[in-house]
Formats: sequence, structure tokens, C-alpha cells
Amino acid sequence: MANMSLHKVKMKEVDPVVRSGNFEEVAMGYTLEEAMEEATRCLQCKHKPCVSGCPVNVRIPEFIEALAAGDIETAYQVLTSENKLPAICGRVCPQEKQCEERCVRAIKGEPVGVGRLERFVADYYMEHFNGKQEKATTNGIKVAVVGSGPASITCAGELAAKGYEVTMFEALHELGGVLVYGIPEFRLPKDLVKKEIQKVLDLGVQVHKNVIVGKSITVEDLVEDGFKSIFIGSGAGLPRFMNIEGENLNGVYSANEFLTRVNLMKAYQFPYTNTPVNAGDKVAVVGGGNVAMDAARTAKRLGASEVHIVYRRSEEELPARLEEVHHAKEEGILFDLLTNPVSIQGENGHVAGMTCIRMKLGEPDESGRRSPVEDPGSEFSMPMDTVVIAIGQTPNPLIKNTTVGLSVNRKGCIVVDEESMETSLENVYAGGDVVTGAATVILAMGAGKKAAEAIHAKLTQQTQE
Amino acid sequence: MYEIVSKKKINEQVEMMEIKAPFVARRCEPGQFVILRVTETGERIPLTIADYDREKETVSIIYQVVGKTTQMLSGMEAGESLLDFVGPLGKASDLKPHKRVLGIGGGVGAAPLYPQIKKLHEMGVAVDMILGGRSAEYVILEDMFKEVSDNVYFATNDGSKGIQGFVTDVLKTLLVEGNTYDEVIAIGPLIMMKAVVEITKPLGIKTAVSLNPIMIDGTGMCGGCRVTVGGETKFACVDGPDFDGFQVDFDECMLRQTFYKEKEAHACRLDQQKPE
Ligand SMILES: Cc1cc2nc3c(=O)[nH]c(=O)nc-3n(C[C@H](O)[C@H](O)[C@H](O)COP(=O)(O)OP(=O)(O)OC[C@H]3O[C@@H](n4cnc5c(N)ncnc54)[C@H](O)[C@@H]3O)c2cc1C
Ligand SMILES: Cc1cc2nc3c(=O)[nH]c(=O)nc-3n(C[C@H](O)[C@H](O)[C@H](O)COP(=O)(O)OP(=O)(O)OC[C@H]3O[C@@H](n4cnc5c(N)ncnc54)[C@H](O)[C@@H]3O)c2cc1C
Ligand code: SF4
Ligand code: SF4
Ligand code: FES
Ligand SMILES: [Mg+2]
Repeated sequence: MANMSLHKVKMKEVDPVVRSGNFEEVAMGYTLEEAMEEATRCLQCKHKPCVSGCPVNVRIPEFIEALAAGDIETAYQVLTSENKLPAICGRVCPQEKQCEERCVRAIKGEPVGVGRLERFVADYYMEHFNGKQEKATTNGIKVAVVGSGPASITCAGELAAKGYEVTMFEALHELGGVLVYGIPEFRLPKDLVKKEIQKVLDLGVQVHKNVIVGKSITVEDLVEDGFKSIFIGSGAGLPRFMNIEGENLNGVYSANEFLTRVNLMKAYQFPYTNTPVNAGDKVAVVGGGNVAMDAARTAKRLGASEVHIVYRRSEEELPARLEEVHHAKEEGILFDLLTNPVSIQGENGHVAGMTCIRMKLGEPDESGRRSPVEDPGSEFSMPMDTVVIAIGQTPNPLIKNTTVGLSVNRKGCIVVDEESMETSLENVYAGGDVVTGAATVILAMGAGKKAAEAIHAKLTQQTQE
Repeated sequence: MYEIVSKKKINEQVEMMEIKAPFVARRCEPGQFVILRVTETGERIPLTIADYDREKETVSIIYQVVGKTTQMLSGMEAGESLLDFVGPLGKASDLKPHKRVLGIGGGVGAAPLYPQIKKLHEMGVAVDMILGGRSAEYVILEDMFKEVSDNVYFATNDGSKGIQGFVTDVLKTLLVEGNTYDEVIAIGPLIMMKAVVEITKPLGIKTAVSLNPIMIDGTGMCGGCRVTVGGETKFACVDGPDFDGFQVDFDECMLRQTFYKEKEAHACRLDQQKPE
């Protein structure tokens, strides 16, 4: 008999007061008992609505069934047959808009905590089993993968498992893309990201860090060097600014810079680590997505006494994961909704304040979203010493600018065939944020997997010819 | 890991290293730079590629010891390795087949200037050079510049080499004497580049400068290196580091460079312990 509780088994979290002073992970995860109990809330639906809500079709009821029976090893095998980075997805997927949204239990009460269970199985397996991956026998065909974010990691892993000689080129000194430079430690511990990625690399992926495709080596060079297929998963790493007065004052950061200093360079351990960050005391973060929530919560942890989220639409439109908004509020982040910056004021070259204007929601546009319009005469100013701009990112044009014949759209996103992920250049594929613009981890993984299948199909055909 | 193939002291504060870096050596051009990291807890700092050897797969850097990271770098010896070394970054200098060019190098700024002057010389351009520094021993790379320039002039603050004064004093003299140049390339402290432009701009002598804002990734990802050029925001790491000196907002650059002054001094003084 299924567990008919309307609520998910509670997951322990560090107290908001304690956690907003450190970078430890906030959500502590389930114990085995808690996980097994939550697993019994799953009704094992025959038509599996949850599975169709997951972009990579994780076999949700099957892994939960094994978990409910206490068979973690099987649960892990089922889970990772579709998702190679479960410890990560369990933590950062917007479940409420994906798998859990479709769960039948959500009709009355809370859905099954699919994400939490996924996280549990991955963590438990890593801690207790740590089975070594078997390397496939190599087929001698060289494939290059550009970038090391979730799209590239997934693509590399899938191809290595099939025997391809995969070489990964990453611009930064760490692997993981946004998982290491963007998403903070308190939401996604970096040791865990490392381990999860290492498991994929153990399948036999060769790695070159500190290599920028388009600078250190070009796509053309890669073809000349004998790579039969190339996958580009370079993400959407170019920060957008607002083009308002005062944006180049000291104290104005892009979210990318702010988060990179703190996450990748570990500025929160300064001076033990040597990269500084100046968070300031009064901080405004402009934007309403995950990136904005992460920047705001990070500023708080660096000691800011007052942190504002400044967002031009209303709460309903906040694009961030529900859990992040909830956690941010618990930690005392202030939400200035329907508010938009107009200019930033400075003193001696440093931010001193920000002038904003109130917004009203107008008529719904084609997408059905009500677009914000300025409320004339409602300008007001807020004293600030730091402004973090988190209003979105677009793909970095480096690769496009150095690759003749690579088509991109108006927004600079690489254009691909949706079935194969192949670009305008034969045997050059792309996927993840560089194709879609800033999206999600799981969508990037899905794209990497799809490309790997298409690469395999085409190379198999080509070698047979 | 990137092996230090050789290391040489140029003066009390300036050192040169040759680093094994196949990916950088393969494609680098004058005007480009690298970003390096010495240790796991270290920061990423940009340094210009002073010279390169494609056959040996090596790249040379010349750095002045000014703070924490350059001190750590200075503590490394040939045979040891740097943890990270990425490049080539930035745009290659746009070196035109001019008749005559004047190079102005202030202090360690002479280092990034060298590969450009060398290349111009190889292109058959006549080059004059002004080298400046606090005193004689801060004037670097004299011999290397002499090999690739027609004339090398000097200016030091204390008069221990060349005239007593600034590089701009030599510049003025050269122009008053009737020397003409198709272009001036000035690299050094921002205040020096600004002073050079104040002289060349009214005369309409095209002047290229190289900006050195604070950087992290060097790939256009953080926007920390933004500078205002011709009223527009540019990212120095991808749109530069060379810019048309007439268009640069030097005052903004100078302010932005000081953003971490306090913390940098702190990093330098402290013996760091791992926090709990
Ligand atoms: C702060 C923040 C929080 C987020 N939170 C969430 C969340 O909670 N849930 C969620 O699902 N999604 C979240 N996202 C979005 C998610 O992280 C991205 O959609 C996802 O990482 C995209 O994966 P990717 O593989 O396409 O690219 P990325 O993760 O961006 O990786 C691209 C990699 O390519 C490298 N690269 C770029 N150019 C080159 C080059 N020329 N040569 C070599 N290497 C190159 C980059 O250095 C980087 O490592 C968040 C994003 C940010 C910034
Ligand atoms: C494109 C470029 C090329 C450069 N080429 C050379 C070179 O060939 N030789 C050379 O000696 N120096 C060069 N520099 C400057 C060099 O990067 C700094 O001297 C170095 O980062 C100082 O680090 P530190 O920790 O030793 O000193 P700190 O005490 O930390 O800093 C001293 C000063 O250096 C600057 N600085 C600090 N951190 C950075 C950073 N991450 N990026 C850029 N500047 C920073 C700031 O103005 C700071 O006030 C270059 C800078 C740029 C941007
Ligand atoms: S990968 Fe994400 S969407 Fe799919 S089941 Fe797991 S948590 Fe849900
Ligand atoms: S929809 Fe919900 S209850 Fe049904 S199988 Fe999926 S997770 Fe279980
Ligand atoms: S250094 Fe980050 S964008 Fe230039
Ligand atoms: Mg420093």
C-alpha cells in the first residue's frame, strides 16, 4: 500500500541564519530511511506521466521502485542509464516545471520528490559503492568536444562509452562550465561536481584544459588534426549589461564576474585564496532568474547587510527555481518587484546609489506574458555600494568569429538541425546553451546526448562507406 | 602543467621566463597575452607574450614583481611548472606597413612593446624607440630594442640614463626637431599613455595604446575588463588590449584599476591559513 501522505518527506536544511554566514550546502539530503519512505509515495503509474516531463526521460518509477525496496545499486543503474549526472540534476533541475509537475500525486498535495530521490541515490551510490567504470574498447575514431559544461560532458561520455577517442577542450582551468563557475557551492558542492564529472571521464576521455577554441586552436585546426566530428558545447557565457549611466563604476559587476570570483576562484576564502571580491554592504542584484538568486545569496554570505533583488516584473514571473526564491526569502533577501534601474550614481568612481523606476504590468503580449511598462514619475533612488547585473547571457562570439561557414541566428546562437544537432558545417555539431541561449542543465545534457547519437550514426555510416 | 624552461632576472624587480606551452606557441602573434595561475589557491593574472618560439613550443613572459602573484611567480625556478597557462588571448596588434613608427615603452611596458617593434622591423618599417623608467636599472630590454630600431632614446626620473624627465619630454623634443612618424605605439602606465596622447592627439599623430585592466577569464565571459573607448563599452580581453589612444577614457581606466588596492595589499602582507 502506497504512502498516501500529501507532503514530501521533509528534507533537512541548515538554519537560514546559520547558513547565510557560510558556503556550506543548504539542503542536507535524505537519510536512507527518509528516502525509502518518500519512495513509497510513488504510485508506480503505468502511463508514467512524470517520465514525459523529464527532458532526458529518466525511468522515474523504475528507479524509485528499486529505491523503495532498498536496492540502491539497481536504482542507480536505472537512473544513470538515462542521466549521467544525477547528483547534479537532483539538485538543480527545475523539477516543479518538469518531472514533478506531471506527477499524479501533485493533483492533490505535493508531487513525489523525484529530484530529492535522484540526488539521494546518486550521493548514496558515490559514498558506498563507487564502482569503477569499464572503458570501452577503442574504435580509433577521434572526436573533439569543445567546452566541459553539462552538454559537452554528456556528449563526451556517451561517445567514449561507444569506443570513440574523445578529446575535450576547455577554456578555463576547471571542468564543469556553469556548474563550477556559476552555481554556488551552497547549492552544488564543487567536490561533488568533480567526482560526478570524473566518473564520466573515466570512460576514457582525454582532457585539455586552458585551451580556447577560436584562440589557442580553431575548428579548422581540429579537422586538420584528424578529428572526424566536433561537438561545440561552449555555453552562453557572454554577460549582458543594461547600457545605463554609471555601469562602469567600481562596484558594478556582471553576475558572471561576481560568481566566477566567488565560485571558480573561491574568493570567499580570501586571502587564503588570492582572488579578491568586494561585495559591499548594500547590494542590489538586477534580474529574477537563478543567476540573480545565486548572486544575491552569495552577496549575503560575503557579509552584505542588505541585499535586494530588483526585478521588473512581478513575483509570478520570476524565472528562478521555486526553491531558490524560497531559500532567498528565508535568508532575508529583499524583493523589489516591478522595479527597474534607470541609472547608477557614483562617488569617487565607486557606486553610491541606484535610481529605479516603478513598473506596471501591461497587456499580455504574443507569448501571453504581461510585459512591464514604466510608471511615469515614479523614480526613486536607493543608496547602494554594489550592483550586480544578472539580466541574461548570450553565446560568446569567439568560435563563430573564427569559424568560416558556421551559421548563427540573430541572437548569436549556433543554428542546428533539431534532429541531429548538426550545424551548418558538416560533422560539426552543437548543443546546450550555445544553441538555445541560457537554459537549463538537463536540457544541455539532453542536447549533448542527442548529438552523440547523431555523431555515432553518421560516423558509423561514413566508416562503412 | 607548464614547465618553466628558463628564468632570467632583468633587474631588481623585473624577470623573464620562458614557458613550455604548445597550444599558446602554435598560434600567438605580437600584441597577444596569456593568463596564468601559479598554484591551486592562486589568482589568474594576465601577462603579455614578450616573445615566442613555435619550434620549441615556448612563450616568453616578462613581469614586474608588484604584488602577491608576481611574487609567487618570482619564487618559481626553471624546471618547476606553472599550474595554468592559457592563451593566446586578445587581438593581435594591427601592425601596418608604415614608413616610420615611434615606440614608447614605460617601465615594464617595454616588454609587451618588444614583439610589436620586432615584427615591424621584420616588415621593413623604420622604428625609433623611447624607453623610460624610474632610474637606469628600470629601463629594460635596451639591447633587444637596439637590434630592431634605428634610434633608442632614454628618459629616467633621476637622470641616471638619458634625459632627466619623462618619455613625453623626449617625444616633444623629437617632434620639435621635425621628426615625423606615421604612428606612435605607447605602452606603459596609464598615466604615461594618457600623457602621450595629450601630445599626439592635437597633432593628429595616430597613437595605439595597450590597456591593462583587471582581468579574470580573458575570454569575454566576465566583463570585468570593460573600458570605455569612443564612448562605447569594450571588453579589453577580447576587443583589445590595443586601442586607438585618441578614443580611450583613461581616467575611467585608472579608477577601475584601483578597485582591489586594499585587498591586494592585504593579500601581500598575510601568511595565509586555510579558513575553517
Ligand atoms: C548562476 C547560474 C545558475 C544556474 N542555475 C541553474 C539551475 O539551478 N538549474 C538549471 O537547470 N540550470 C541552471 N543554470 C543554467 C545552466 O547552468 C546552463 O543552462 C548549463 O550549464 C548549460 O550547459 P552548457 O554545457 O551548454 O554550457 P556551460 O555550462 O556554459 O559550459 C560551457 C563551457 O564551455 C567553455 N567554453 C566556452 N567557450 C569555449 C571555447 N571557445 N573553447 C573552449 N571552451 C569554451 C566554458 O568555459 C564552459 O566551461 C544556471 C546558470 C547560471 C549562470
Ligand atoms: C593584457 C595585460 C597584459 C599585461 N602584461 C604585463 C606584462 O607583460 N608584464 C607585467 O609585469 N605586467 C603585465 N600586466 C599587469 C599584470 O597583470 C599585473 O601586474 C599583475 O596582475 C599583478 O598581480 P600581483 O598579484 O602581483 O599584484 P597585485 O598587488 O595584486 O596588483 C597590483 C596591480 O596590478 C593590477 N592587477 C591586479 N590583479 C590584476 C589582474 N587580475 N589583471 C590585471 N591587472 C591586475 C592592478 O592594477 C593592481 O593594482 C598586464 C595586464 C594586462 C591586463
Ligand atoms: S533529470 Fe531532472 S527532470 Fe529528469 S527526472 Fe531528474 S530531476 Fe526530474
Ligand atoms: S507520476 Fe508520480 S506517482 Fe506516478 S510514477 Fe511518476 S513519480 Fe510515481
Ligand atoms: S577578463 Fe573577463 S571579460 Fe575580459
Ligand atoms: Mg594580485
